Amino acid sequence: MTTATHSDAKTDSNLVSIVFAAFLGLSVLFIAGFASSATLHDTAHDMRHAIGFACH
Amino acid sequence: MLKNLVYSALFAGLAAGIIVAALTILMLVPLLLEAELYETGQLIHFGDVTAAMPDIHAEHDWARNGLTALFAATIYIGFAFVMVAVMAFAQEKGVQITTRSGILWGLAGYASFQLAPAMGMPPELPGMIAAEITQRQIWMIGTILATTVGIASIVFGKNWAHWGVGLVILAIPHVIGAPHPEAFGGTVPPELAAEFAGRSLAVGAVGWIALGVLSAYFWLRENR
Repeated sequence: MTTATHSDAKTDSNLVSIVFAAFLGLSVLFIAGFASSATLHDTAHDMRHAIGFACH
Repeated sequence: MLKNLVYSALFAGLAAGIIVAALTILMLVPLLLEAELYETGQLIHFGDVTAAMPDIHAEHDWARNGLTALFAATIYIGFAFVMVAVMAFAQEKGVQITTRSGILWGLAGYASFQLAPAMGMPPELPGMIAAEITQRQIWMIGTILATTVGIASIVFGKNWAHWGVGLVILAIPHVIGAPHPEAFGGTVPPELAAEFAGRSLAVGAVGWIALGVLSAYFWLRENR
């Protein structure tokens, strides 16, 4: 019983870490790839074109 | 768990980002620079084909290439966080991750993030005519999500219902269709645009396969 509870708690904390990592990655992608700020657009310009993300 | 996720994503993303930065600067930036000569009117491709072309060539701007390398690393670290997170989730569900299967993970990511969106919105050069940006971004994000869910449903599905639903989800963005401009008339020669689209997809394929293999490698190493 104790083992099962321990293992459930571990799975839950793993899941939280996984969701956090995915959220972090998507935030980075959104800012670098999609955000429309002029400064960001200008600095990321060539790379956005290179990976085929909508740019202009 | 979180430490392993962060370290493997950072290492894998950075390594794949360096490969992509090199390929982008060598293969894609020269075409972007040439397209800008047409965008700014220094070169024109309509009209008298027998007229001598002005002898203008774009030169690499290394400060600009530095930013391209920086963003290649940033964007691939972003991709790597998503890749490693999904790999870790699959592993929790009993899927075995190997560096060899990393090739397939990379190809799946490539299909979701670049190949499927390119079917409706081919990689573009500056000076090309396209539909309104927000509409294109919405279609693109929808296509990435649908392709990811569709592929997962086919790969991890256990019966015809899962596989069928996966295929339908894969097809939805292309049935709806990407937003297109009402008229064409860009300044860039179509030959240049076609070469750029082909090269961009090839560089993306190399980058994503590298990312899949490296993500699996570092994830397994951090968890040893």
